Amino acid sequence: MIRSITQPKAEKEIDLLLSGSGRIFIIGCGTCVTLTRTGGEPEVRAMQERLSGKGKLITGHLVVPVACDNLTTDALAEYGHQIDQADTLLIMTCAFGVQTIARQLKKMVVPALDTLFMGKETAAGEFTEICTQCGTCIIGETGGICPVTSCHKGLVNGPCGGTDSGKCEIDKRKDCAWTMIYNRLMDLGRLDSMRRLQPPRNHLGEPTPGKMILSEK
Amino acid sequence: MVSAFQKALKSGKFVITCEAAPPKGTNLKRMAHDIELLKDKVDAINVTDHQSSVMRFPSLGGAMLVKELGGEPILQMTCRDRNRLALQADLLFASYMGIHNVLCLTGDSIMLGDHKEAKAVFDLDSSQLLGVVRKLEEGKDISGNDLDGGVSFCAGGIVTPEADPLEPQLIKFEKKIEAGAEFIQTQAVFDLDRFKKFMEYAGQFNVKILAGVILLTSAPMARFMNNNIAGVFVPQDLIDEMASAPKGQVLTKGIEIAGRMIKRIHEEKMCDGVHIMAINKEELVPDIMSAAGLI
Repeated sequence: MIRSITQPKAEKEIDLLLSGSGRIFIIGCGTCVTLTRTGGEPEVRAMQERLSGKGKLITGHLVVPVACDNLTTDALAEYGHQIDQADTLLIMTCAFGVQTIARQLKKMVVPALDTLFMGKETAAGEFTEICTQCGTCIIGETGGICPVTSCHKGLVNGPCGGTDSGKCEIDKRKDCAWTMIYNRLMDLGRLDSMRRLQPPRNHLGEPTPGKMILSEK
Repeated sequence: MVSAFQKALKSGKFVITCEAAPPKGTNLKRMAHDIELLKDKVDAINVTDHQSSVMRFPSLGGAMLVKELGGEPILQMTCRDRNRLALQADLLFASYMGIHNVLCLTGDSIMLGDHKEAKAVFDLDSSQLLGVVRKLEEGKDISGNDLDGGVSFCAGGIVTPEADPLEPQLIKFEKKIEAGAEFIQTQAVFDLDRFKKFMEYAGQFNVKILAGVILLTSAPMARFMNNNIAGVFVPQDLIDEMASAPKGQVLTKGIEIAGRMIKRIHEEKMCDGVHIMAINKEELVPDIMSAAGLI
């Protein structure tokens, strides 16, 4: 399943963003941020405690099942009174959740998390970026491993000179995408695919901001 | 148009190149001093492009200084900081300014430098940049539009012959040649028997190979490079040899080692020349050449 991978913002940054707010309602999410332990029930409660300790009035808190889902509207309606009493919503979900909630409530929202990447859980407690939604997929030639996402430099013609022992030059915990692609293509007897000189990438998949209207297709 | 460096490569002589690093700032005195010292001793001087992703005076400006002082510049260009428009524009400008040698590099990660929060570009990679050079020489930009006034370059790239695993690097090496590389500088080599093996493979391609030789300045510096510099692997016996040098004689030992390596590469005709990297000690290049018996 696609997961939105987040990490908590520094307390200092959250405190600064909340500096003009005395009454706060906190919202978490039961899906990705619960898995990454950044915005589930325990983290929301800990945040409530920390902010109360700093003299903030917490008007209530809520962990919605799936913050980015449209059903969030119903969940928020149930807490209408407590939300009304708050001047700011501190949202401990990914940016999808923050924006879904911000669209529905006339309140300032403060994100408590930074959304790092779309990925999946590749081992217990380990999350890996899988796709950057570039719009011009090339993994048909790389054995299904994406170098645009998995290579630090997004290179499409093979490794840079910084790779060492199958690891990336920036972080030994990260695999070199091109070592993985090489190994995969060798297993498949398809190294010819890696030998093909790839032209410059097409960055015009869908110009930002992305929009798709099915009836126009 | 044939550049002086290209002429040297084609002449069959043992070619020697070195580096000059632009300063952090606009004080070009030391760089100019190094260029003056080296310009008549080597066949070309590489001007590095924000090496290790540290922001400096631009390589293009540095290459112009080499030219101005009567040296032969090789413009290093990385794909880290410029997209395809900016890279093509800078190639047009370089050729117009009489800079006709270019070394196409992907570039180190932004995270290794002094502007870690900057946006890395990597719109192109090193092999694609080589293709861009050749396309511009045909009188077209890479979108196929006609150019009014052309360019000419002796273009090259790099390879890391001591990389592990090596095979993916070799595939890229072949792509660079396919894209139009005339010469390849290697990342630092230390194990010359291993380098000879690499040359048995590389020698079958129509490309000139310059072996990269780094000046070791101390045992801790060698250890630091092993831990921090991408693609550099100093073997333990050389680190031990550096450590064994008496106090005050360490740099002399480094010059001796570099000279010894170059001498062997030259005498055994392993490849077409050497690229000497005396990082921050460019003024010692003549001493290294002398230790190698080249001057």
